[in-house]
Amino acid sequence: MIVNFLLIVPLLTVLTLLLVKNEQYIKPIALVGSFVQLLVIIGTLIQYLGAASLKNNGAMLLQTDVNWFAPLHIHYHIGVDGISMVMLLLTALIVIAAILVSWKEAFLQKEFFILLILLSFGAYGFFIAIDLFLMFFFLEIAVVPKFLLILIWGSGKKAYSATKLVLMLIGASALLFMGIVGIYYNQPNGLQSLNMLQIAQMQLPYHVQLTFFPFLFIGFGVFTALFPFHTWVPDGHPAAPTAGSMFLAGISMKLGGYGLLRLVMLLMPAAAQFYAPYIILLAAIGILYGAFATMVQKDLKYMNAYSSISHCGFVLLGIGMLTPVALTGAVLQMVSHGLMTALFFAAIGMIYSRTHTRIIEEMGGLLVYMPFISGVFILAGLASLGLPGLSGFTAEMTVLVGSWQQPVTAYRVATIVAAASIVITAVYVLRAIGTVLMGKGKIYSDDTPTDARWYEKWAGIILVLGILVVGIMPFLLLKLISPSILYLPQSIFK
Amino acid sequence: MMHYYLHLLLPFKQELLLLMAIFILLLLQIFGKKLQQEWTMQWVNLLLLITVLAGFWQVGYSTDVNAMFQLSPLNAFEKSVLAFATYLISLQAYNWLLHHEQIMEFYVLLFSSLLGMFCMISATNLLFFYVGLELSTIPLAILANFHLQKKQSSEAAFKFIVAASFASALLLLGISFLYGSAGSIGFTEIAAHLIVNPFSILAFVLFFTGLAFKISIVPFHLWTADVYQGSPVTVTAFLSVVSKASVLFVSLNFLFSVFHSLEPVWHTMVLILLLLTIVTGNLFALRQQNFKRFMAFSSITQIGFILIALLGQNIAGSAAVVYFMVVYVFSNLCVFGVIALVAATTGKEKIEDFKGFYQTNPFLAWVLLLGLFSLAGIPPTAGFFGKFFLLLSGAQSNYFGWITFAALNLVVSLYYYLRVVVVIFHRESAAVIAPIQIPKPVQFSFFICMAGVIITGVGSWIYTYIYSLAATAF
Repeated sequence: MIVNFLLIVPLLTVLTLLLVKNEQYIKPIALVGSFVQLLVIIGTLIQYLGAASLKNNGAMLLQTDVNWFAPLHIHYHIGVDGISMVMLLLTALIVIAAILVSWKEAFLQKEFFILLILLSFGAYGFFIAIDLFLMFFFLEIAVVPKFLLILIWGSGKKAYSATKLVLMLIGASALLFMGIVGIYYNQPNGLQSLNMLQIAQMQLPYHVQLTFFPFLFIGFGVFTALFPFHTWVPDGHPAAPTAGSMFLAGISMKLGGYGLLRLVMLLMPAAAQFYAPYIILLAAIGILYGAFATMVQKDLKYMNAYSSISHCGFVLLGIGMLTPVALTGAVLQMVSHGLMTALFFAAIGMIYSRTHTRIIEEMGGLLVYMPFISGVFILAGLASLGLPGLSGFTAEMTVLVGSWQQPVTAYRVATIVAAASIVITAVYVLRAIGTVLMGKGKIYSDDTPTDARWYEKWAGIILVLGILVVGIMPFLLLKLISPSILYLPQSIFK
Repeated sequence: MMHYYLHLLLPFKQELLLLMAIFILLLLQIFGKKLQQEWTMQWVNLLLLITVLAGFWQVGYSTDVNAMFQLSPLNAFEKSVLAFATYLISLQAYNWLLHHEQIMEFYVLLFSSLLGMFCMISATNLLFFYVGLELSTIPLAILANFHLQKKQSSEAAFKFIVAASFASALLLLGISFLYGSAGSIGFTEIAAHLIVNPFSILAFVLFFTGLAFKISIVPFHLWTADVYQGSPVTVTAFLSVVSKASVLFVSLNFLFSVFHSLEPVWHTMVLILLLLTIVTGNLFALRQQNFKRFMAFSSITQIGFILIALLGQNIAGSAAVVYFMVVYVFSNLCVFGVIALVAATTGKEKIEDFKGFYQTNPFLAWVLLLGLFSLAGIPPTAGFFGKFFLLLSGAQSNYFGWITFAALNLVVSLYYYLRVVVVIFHRESAAVIAPIQIPKPVQFSFFICMAGVIITGVGSWIYTYIYSLAATAF
């Protein structure tokens, strides 16, 4: 039952925001709504853990199944397992941080927060959907608010970027849709089910899997910046407002990763085996290309956008390797990248609002003026380059260890390439930190840039805590993730 | 005895209601009564609503008048959809009609056209069908001329009548050939006797071309943009929503029942036509500057997507089409309502004029936005569900590759809808259109449309209901 509240709470928040007349109450309502959502998620987590310990496995639990469009076998079918629990927690943290960061947003603030909550609604729904139609529905809901966020509150080439982003994502959705239709009409015994778990059990015929895997893989891949479909990332992120970038990189790109995980594990495990070399190849190219492209960026937001391509490559790599450890690493990497990139974008947004520039060369010595923001910036950077004790290390390490378990030489080469990219990451992160934060102070349009306000501090602290938890106590998450990974049909781990 | 007559008349209740309205208006006109515009609109709208409701009351199967007329639950529902769309259009025309001299004539013509569509939908005989078709078309040509002072409007009317008569001629030829090959003009007889041979295929092609003109399938779409642009917005809305919906409803019956035996032939034909329609509509919509012209090409593309469902299985296919038409009524009227209001108060019709629309008219902008998103098929609007079901039922056929191509074309169509959204939210310069006072009836129609756009999708019972109606029809 409680799972339904994951959808009801954001909807109620949106409704309340719509009805509120006084502008003063808008931000508190949005914040309270997202906190209530966090509480609901924690409640769900407790219930899930209770139920899971009884069953002693990581199955989809707390399911609700209602007939929606009966003639077409479409159900409102939701439930959670360990992986969705982790993603829900990530989403809630980032939404709260994004709302806090936008506390001073003055332009059309009602619309801004409504769209933000609507985005999170799409993400929450996506992570708990079991029915494929429902999943697709929520995925699409999480697309268009992004367009409006970038278009209305963005900066730079916003109309171009917003349109490009949405067109690419909707194009991906069209492929996804055709993939789902393919699954729908090609089931053994003429069944027409959209239930992921049922499809996993019935095992689609091999040729059907081979035919429709590319549709779904590219469809989800675009969302998670799969090379060569990553081009929306470097346009979309920099043009978006801070909260939008945080959401885009922190959650939106994870939608694709999560979808791929479900696809590979539940829907088409046999095709995943077949296509694994291609996935790994694209992932390795993405990792390396993203890292090199980041090196030459002059704009902080562009830097983080390109580094996201590189980091998301690790998710793809983990998924392509198809070992339990690598898959677990992929989930960890999603969480880790979500937190640290959101933190990075938050810090960049804070810096930009004070210096009115994002160009690395134009800044310097910020550490003196804004120690808190600089601290956050450094922490996000170090997490990005994989410093032990922070989230990036545990996640990328798990992916690499899991990848090495594949004894194929080509796969090991890809693993080595991926590992080498961490060195490049260190180069650009340290250089950015060195130029922007250290060195001689420069003169900015505000005479003396101030440090973070309370709301910015809280946003930073929440995300930093998340990063530390993942970095120092990854076993908390692994307890959730591993059983659900191991619960999958064992046939995929060959 | 009384009861017997009542029983005979009951199947015609929707038609009779319209006829009653037409006669009342005509009589009032003859006796020279000059009614208040506002008052006229009110009772006319009320009558339309009653017609809508009548479609849900006592609608069992009944065939009357020498097997010419049939009322089935699906038919009655389709008529209700058309009547409801006309009701919304009539509400949205408030600003324009309030000061129009010929309001009585306007409604007489509008209702005649609607009556023609009703006859067309219920016809089970080519003769009756043809009468209905003409009755629905000719008043439309006059309506297109209802901007009495504008030359463009007369031009539109002229183009429309030329295109329509050409289409009718082809249709008539098709009908006579059909009679030649099947030996009857009754639908059931044709369905029973038609076999695949060159002559019957020729008859079908001619017949279908006539229909294709009315719903402006490419390459028979050339009249659309000019007529849409020249006509008053209200008439454009009626043309693009009600007129098209009626012909589509009819084609469902024709393709799935009457021409069932020619299925292999018309499948290929529809596939080619729909691909042409989608691509052409998309390409032309990309560059339009006039909002009405833009909507003309957008509606051409939409028709292309609707045709996809015809490739599927009959029940799921017709359920998807009828459902999509319900969605289409709401979403298209969201857009046309705003255009009509803006045109009536400021006279502006270009997309450029909507620059910064959100700054001055946030409510109208949201209505427009919701309509455009629904047309583009973005959730949670109903357009998403509509498009999904259309493609889903079409994909059941063997044309998976082509349908994938069509699905990718959705991205192109999304591009031009978003282009309008970008203009609306433009904030670098001041808005062109000043804040607009929204009259009560128009506002009411907007609320209905917005609610429709949301509820028709998420509320699955509407689709389920339509599906059950479609299941009884085949």
